[in-house]
Amino acid sequence: MTILVIAEHDNKVLAPATLNTVAAAAKIGGDIHVLVAGQGAGPVAEAAAKIAGVSKVLNADNAAYAHQLPENVAPLVAELGKNYSHILAAATSNGKNILPRVAAALDVDQISEIISVESADTFKRPIYAGNAIATVQSTAAIKVITVRATGFDPVATEGGSAAVEAVGAAHDASTSSFISEELAKSDRPELTAAKIVVSGGRGMQNGDNFKHLYALADKLGAAVGASRAAVDAGFVPNDMQVGQTGKIVAPQLYIAVGISGAIQHLAGMKDSKVIVAINKDEEAPIFQVADYGLVADLFEAVPELEKLV
Amino acid sequence: MKVLVAVKRVVDYNVKVRVKADNSGVDLANVKMSMNPFCEIAVEEAVRLKEKGVATEIVVVSIGPTTAQEQLRTALALGADRAILVESAEDLTSLAVAKLLKAVVDKEQPQLVILGKQAIDSDNNQTGQMLAALSGYGQGTFASKVEVSGDSVAVTREIDGGAQTVSLKLPAIVTTDLRLNEPRYASLPNIMKAKKKPLEVLTPDALGVSTASTNKTLKVEAPAARSAGVKVKSVAELVEKLKNEAKVI
Repeated sequence: MTILVIAEHDNKVLAPATLNTVAAAAKIGGDIHVLVAGQGAGPVAEAAAKIAGVSKVLNADNAAYAHQLPENVAPLVAELGKNYSHILAAATSNGKNILPRVAAALDVDQISEIISVESADTFKRPIYAGNAIATVQSTAAIKVITVRATGFDPVATEGGSAAVEAVGAAHDASTSSFISEELAKSDRPELTAAKIVVSGGRGMQNGDNFKHLYALADKLGAAVGASRAAVDAGFVPNDMQVGQTGKIVAPQLYIAVGISGAIQHLAGMKDSKVIVAINKDEEAPIFQVADYGLVADLFEAVPELEKLV
Repeated sequence: MKVLVAVKRVVDYNVKVRVKADNSGVDLANVKMSMNPFCEIAVEEAVRLKEKGVATEIVVVSIGPTTAQEQLRTALALGADRAILVESAEDLTSLAVAKLLKAVVDKEQPQLVILGKQAIDSDNNQTGQMLAALSGYGQGTFASKVEVSGDSVAVTREIDGGAQTVSLKLPAIVTTDLRLNEPRYASLPNIMKAKKKPLEVLTPDALGVSTASTNKTLKVEAPAARSAGVKVKSVAELVEKLKNEAKVI
């Protein structure tokens, strides 16, 4: 059995989610190869070669792969993937965009967002916004799978010494082209990788009030998230959204401030180790999952909390 | 141009689902069913394209049980012109659905196909991408903005770090994200009118598509329950517990 893991990167840096994906591959067992498809992504391929447990890195360097356009990357993965028993990618926006296209090209069903490996062909994944866990078996010759990063502890970034092999294959479907990208800038830790997450909801009332959460987050070294209500109301950008349709987080500590706790929000954070809820409505559903609940006005409680930690 | 919209009948997003005692699935008997929220956004986008004069005809398609006709009628009441139901009683995988949609695309030849980014029951997020692969079209997934100009469409996509804009040659596949638009409600006169709009019923056999699957669900369980927490009385007590009891700060 040989497993192909698709590296998540921006042509410069290997994204941490790749390490969780390699961890899932290690649980399946077998040789692990990593594919870096990009343009001028040499440093990423070198970083991938050092990952513990990786035995080979395939570096496909071509202008067509520069922006991870699925029309170009998916045929490459499908072509290389024919020699593998499993093809894995992180369930990031890139992985979700590319992998189903690969599965269809190989004419196999895909398994999305696995949270555990039961055996080489059987996996667990959440359905219905995390309200049920399905155990799914695949009889496909090539198993195409996306991995929920929070379900697996990352493997070490050092310790491997894989050979890097250049892949010449160029696929350019010319059905799509990249126009522009607008990335939100932040000095705080990345939401999906942070040990502590502080999130605000509709109770924050406006975007300006998020400064209270930023102050608290900076003191704790935490990332800041938000509920859909806060994003839809325009308080914060949408890449901060935690939930079924946003990001899935599982930090050591999740502090929910002014968030009622709708099913869709809980789907994104209920695997956090410790959950704290601060809400003035003591009937809010968030208190049913919170380890520590504080019924209080957030505008008094959050500044006080910032002073005391 | 012709726009094809795919909609799915799913358990209503407000329902708290329960796992069956025999672990064969979730209990959907007597549970409220609705159109998948992302599909509502897809229908709304198509209707807006028609109102702008970009789209000339909206065909809405659903694959599922006979009762999915209710969701197709809803889409017709929202502004779709006609509907197609591919009737199948089984639970189909995303690949099977994508193959059936490909057959419908071949038949209808739409310039744009709009789907939701994921269904809130299976949470797969696969069908649109798979349909794009099978048809060889470009894909604009997780769209928050769609602008058709000439023979291409510019799609702004929600990605992990922010937003990305790509240009796709038509025909193309677009999947909707939450922020693409705010779906409208169907008015009573439109619901009455929708009853008279054409609804064609097909079968996978008639489309010549095999729905065999390589995935098998062995069991469905309830997630591990969290143990009940405590309510603290003050911020000081909260900090004390986080430091000494939970040891997370």
